[in-house]
Amino acid sequence: MLGSLGLVAFFVFLGGLVFKVSSWFRCSLRGEKEGFKRFVLGFSSLGKALFSPKIGIILKVLLLDGILQRRTLKESLYRWLMHVLIYWGFALLIITHALGKLVFEDYVSTAFPHALLRDLFGSMVLVGLGMAIWRRLRKAPTLRTSRMDLYAIVAVLVIVFSGFLLKGVKIISYNNYSRMVDEYASFGSEEEAKALEAYWVKRMGLVSPEKVEEALVAKGEEIHQSQCAFCHANPRWSFLSYGLSRTFVPLASGFDRVNFTEKLWWVHILICLIALAILPFTKFLHLISVPLSLVINALWDPKRSNSLNLKTKQMIELDACVHCGTCTLKCAVLDAEKPLGNIRVLPSEKIEPLKRLVSKRKLSQTELQEILQGVYLCTNCLRCTVSCPSGINLQELWFEAREALFERGLLEPALLSPLSFYRGLRAEELEEKYEKPILEIKEKLLRRFEPKDNVFQMPEEKEFEFYEASFRGCFTCQTCTNVCPVVFQYERPEEVLGFLPHQIMRLCAMGLKEAVYGSEMLLSCLTCYKCQEACPQGVMVTDILMGLKMEALKALKEEERDEIRSISGV
Amino acid sequence: MRYALFLGCNIPARLPEYETSARFLLKELGVDFKEIEGFGCCGYPFRVIDLTTSLVLSAKNLALAERENRHILSLCQCCYGTLKKAKKMLDEDLSLRNQINEFLKANGLNYRGTVEVKHLLHVLYKDLGPEMIREKVSNPLSEIKVATHYGCHSLRPSSIVELDDPSDPRLLEELINITGAQSLLVNKRLECCGAPLLGTNDEVALNFTREKIADALKNEAEYLCVACPYCKLQLENFQEKLFGKKVLSTILITDLINMAFGLQKAH
Repeated sequence: MLGSLGLVAFFVFLGGLVFKVSSWFRCSLRGEKEGFKRFVLGFSSLGKALFSPKIGIILKVLLLDGILQRRTLKESLYRWLMHVLIYWGFALLIITHALGKLVFEDYVSTAFPHALLRDLFGSMVLVGLGMAIWRRLRKAPTLRTSRMDLYAIVAVLVIVFSGFLLKGVKIISYNNYSRMVDEYASFGSEEEAKALEAYWVKRMGLVSPEKVEEALVAKGEEIHQSQCAFCHANPRWSFLSYGLSRTFVPLASGFDRVNFTEKLWWVHILICLIALAILPFTKFLHLISVPLSLVINALWDPKRSNSLNLKTKQMIELDACVHCGTCTLKCAVLDAEKPLGNIRVLPSEKIEPLKRLVSKRKLSQTELQEILQGVYLCTNCLRCTVSCPSGINLQELWFEAREALFERGLLEPALLSPLSFYRGLRAEELEEKYEKPILEIKEKLLRRFEPKDNVFQMPEEKEFEFYEASFRGCFTCQTCTNVCPVVFQYERPEEVLGFLPHQIMRLCAMGLKEAVYGSEMLLSCLTCYKCQEACPQGVMVTDILMGLKMEALKALKEEERDEIRSISGV
Repeated sequence: MRYALFLGCNIPARLPEYETSARFLLKELGVDFKEIEGFGCCGYPFRVIDLTTSLVLSAKNLALAERENRHILSLCQCCYGTLKKAKKMLDEDLSLRNQINEFLKANGLNYRGTVEVKHLLHVLYKDLGPEMIREKVSNPLSEIKVATHYGCHSLRPSSIVELDDPSDPRLLEELINITGAQSLLVNKRLECCGAPLLGTNDEVALNFTREKIADALKNEAEYLCVACPYCKLQLENFQEKLFGKKVLSTILITDLINMAFGLQKAH
């Protein structure tokens, strides 16, 4: 029964794993259909690496970053200890306990040292889990707990705790004792049977429905030594289970009446098997994806590695994220999340929608806009990538996600901010795809705010949000325009730039600032501050130009949102 | 004076040699500095996205340095200008400061307005002084002609950054002369490098880069001295595209002084 259930669970696990692994080749940020090509290429690259001197790097990474968790240790001793306790503890439990019969020739779970080791490793896991729960409950302002994080903690907790519980109940169970005696013991007399029982009650934690005689314990010990001790070490070696069993003493007969031991055994086993069966679709897939991500990134050479492999690598990386929040703690712009009200600014919160994006699961237009803004509001400081314990090249993931979203025709006004400096440095590799989104968003902005006749009817005067309305001092002497190095580039600047700086200041003073939102001048301003420096009236020309650009980009963003709302009918 | 070294985002990711050479130089000059855990984006790119966000980002850095009782020492013109501007706004408008401090609360931070923001050039020239640098020159870089590039936000708006005369500064030239090299007063030394528009308006951005380099070459410069990662990356990375090959080496002011100190071999 158990064997066949185990096999079923294992094959469900295997099927899920095959599905997941195939998704690493099938899926991509852009949604191309080249799975087979990527599959062949990926496996041949992996094969080549395995049979080359690179195997040294692979083994080193697996040892240092995989088993010893070097990257986590570099970030935080607490997180390292927490994870290592759970990881090593659970791995050792699987080897020495779950697979005990396969690993050890004469494995008996109640004999020494197994009785001790199981409790030792189980306690390691519990301590680690306690640290993990504490870390998440402390409510570090940037750490979000997803349902998957909760599942992972609860699943391990239930598996390990049910194990301790089972052992504790077993120690006191008279049913269990009687069954064992029937099966393995042979007594010369009734008294011998009573003696063994007395020994077990007094020394081995058993709870008997009848009173036992203290005097028989010594004799019982002899029988125990000759018949039971080979398989039964003192249960105190299982320190935690034994401790737990003491609290159950009054309930012992009740437990036996409902056959609690057997039921608990089934619970423990079934939970383990279910967790195994669904493993590929849970956070525990990281047992496979993280070592892969670590190895691939250690071998990765951005100049020589194949672009098809890059896509496969990024799909593995998405599955290698364990949502630990290390990247977010390091993020240079993490404090932009609150004022902007977009959680996708945080690197650790970008992965989930990206996963949905690549697997073509539902993502509303609003969610698409949020993730696009999220991946774009990034200074490309590389800190997320450097700190990721799973070795994910997050910055490159954001870069590819941006381009993929642009290719879908989504527009992000922040593309017209200095955040685009990094994209500009990489213009050559983007080839013809580089210019398109810039031109599109520009055109949209200019078209939206094209000066129309009706704009020039005096609207109500609007103050600038933060900037002093210093433009009131402007008497249109044109000094700002005359010193502007951008204006100076053109023979007929007004044809290229729309309104020129002095005109913009004038329009502001007239309360017509929205009329200049669509002026190319705002998008061509270098913010070199020459105009502001030169103004005889102390007008903060550059700051005002920057403020106007901000307002224009915000208005455009708002418009994008409205459009989406009207399409989706929200 | 104690400083908090503010690296910003570009230096660690794309110009780590600037950090190395700055640390080298500051150590040699006996400056008390350290990097503070938690420093993030200065807020510069967010000034055209959302002013509140930009100010929150700036204020966090200011508050972090303030908590450690250190003045910010920036190696980047744009970080410097942005932090200075934010400081001015937050110092002058208390209701704005309170509004921004609300966002910092979650981090246990509070900006009070006691921290100063300084650029490396300010620290070298004003806090330490040219004499202190001159004393350490053991390997004068004679006969090297160096054109200067200030970087806009180190000079303008002068009412905020207050580094040197915005129309005719001499600070960078003097620092170069101290090293024994010959500084060149090139026409375009106060112009923009083009970086602020890279990625949004490459035509304008690269025009400025081209003119800048051409101007330095016309004056027979062998090096173009910069003190900002944006300027350095912009002026270094597009020469091939603009001139077909690398025509002029840009050099960081820290590298130049380190060379004069005999700390690093000439390129």
